[in-house]
Amino acid sequence: MSGVAGITLTEVGLVLNGTTILDGLTLTIPPGGITALVGPNGAGKSATLRVIDGLLVPTRGRVHISGAGRRAFVFQKVSLIRASAAANVALGLAPLKLPRAERAERTRAALARVGLSHRAADPATRFSGGEQQRLALARAWATRPDLLLLDEPTANLDPGATERVEALVCEMAAEGTKVVLVSHNLASVTRLAADVIVLAKGRAVEHGPTRPTLLSPRSPEARAYFDGEMPWSSLAAAS
Amino acid sequence: MTETLHETFARLATLDRDVLAIAWLSLRVSLSAVAIGLLIGIPLGAFLAVARFRGRAAVVGLLNAFMGLPPVIVGLVLYLVLSRSGPFGPLGLLFTPVAMVAAQAVLATPLVAALTRQVVADADEHLGEQLRSLRLSAPRRALVLIYHTRFSLMTAALAAFGRAISEIGAVLVVGGNIDGHTRTMTTAISLETQKGDLSLALALGLVLIGLVIVVNAMAALLRGHAARAYG
Repeated sequence: MSGVAGITLTEVGLVLNGTTILDGLTLTIPPGGITALVGPNGAGKSATLRVIDGLLVPTRGRVHISGAGRRAFVFQKVSLIRASAAANVALGLAPLKLPRAERAERTRAALARVGLSHRAADPATRFSGGEQQRLALARAWATRPDLLLLDEPTANLDPGATERVEALVCEMAAEGTKVVLVSHNLASVTRLAADVIVLAKGRAVEHGPTRPTLLSPRSPEARAYFDGEMPWSSLAAAS
Repeated sequence: MTETLHETFARLATLDRDVLAIAWLSLRVSLSAVAIGLLIGIPLGAFLAVARFRGRAAVVGLLNAFMGLPPVIVGLVLYLVLSRSGPFGPLGLLFTPVAMVAAQAVLATPLVAALTRQVVADADEHLGEQLRSLRLSAPRRALVLIYHTRFSLMTAALAAFGRAISEIGAVLVVGGNIDGHTRTMTTAISLETQKGDLSLALALGLVLIGLVIVVNAMAALLRGHAARAYG
């Protein structure tokens, strides 16, 4: 892994149905570790992830992923097919054209990794929210991604499930997968991310190490966002 | 009236050979047509749901319009194609059950394709972005979505079966309503009513309704079981 040396977006614009989503977004995401994208609703965080993944094509500008390797995307609303947990993980491996034995082994290992081995044959759509999110991570992990894009992976999860998902994300990052995370949960961002990029109105307004950026934002947009959104008590508890 | 009803139930109670033979032929023809309709219609509908190409909206519009194809027109066109002077005339298929299967398949396929396209397009709304992110090709995405919606697609199969088993215009034109050879329940009901053998017509009508109810009930049971298992 660790095929991603860095991600650079230069003057990226995105207009969808006449609405400007990204407005000359320029940012550089460093290689390795976990980078968080934060900002108010409509800032363009999820759109940025989709542009990086190639799901959305920018109206203008340039996206460059140096040393581009395999990418995986885990969405806020987990999408699973009406099949077993194992089949859902194996689905992610389909484009890799692996030998059947290796596909089975990777599926088994991925389910074991997220603690769902005992439910491999169960219908995935019957899983709880936390289990579904872990299954989505297993599907992503099985592909051995160089870049993992996470869109609010712990939204709607209870604290226990959040903790398990965060631990898995940290493990994947520690193994060399570059993780780009979108989250409104600033306590979670503080626990996970080494650096944070603040987006507002489709532009990057601040980028720096997580704690100093959250505690002492320089830009007025970031200050306004944190003043309204920052759960200071949970940030302190997380430290 | 009372006498007719009495004869009708007598025919049913004694498993009248004519009734059984006609019902069996109808069932064979319609199930074969539905099978062909599913084989062609499901992949076609799923492809139209996930693929993006110029003219797609026109194709979808045409497909939706074909759901309402008049059976007698389908019968007429197939008659011309299969008649002795037609391109498939040498095959000698006119006035055979094969011609009836073909006619019903032509009616069933657009129905299956259009319903499949709708069901798969709805599923694509929820799953499409994830599947594209997994770098699955369009044909593979279509296959995955067919699998995902397999229980909902039963509705398309049932609609096609209903369309096939109950139509009369197409099978009458290409089948010829030949006794013991191409006579189906619908053509027989029409004929026997005209001849005045109302008890046979009614018996066939009851069998036809019974078949439709049994097939729908089996599908509902299967779907209920699947819904409990997979959500």
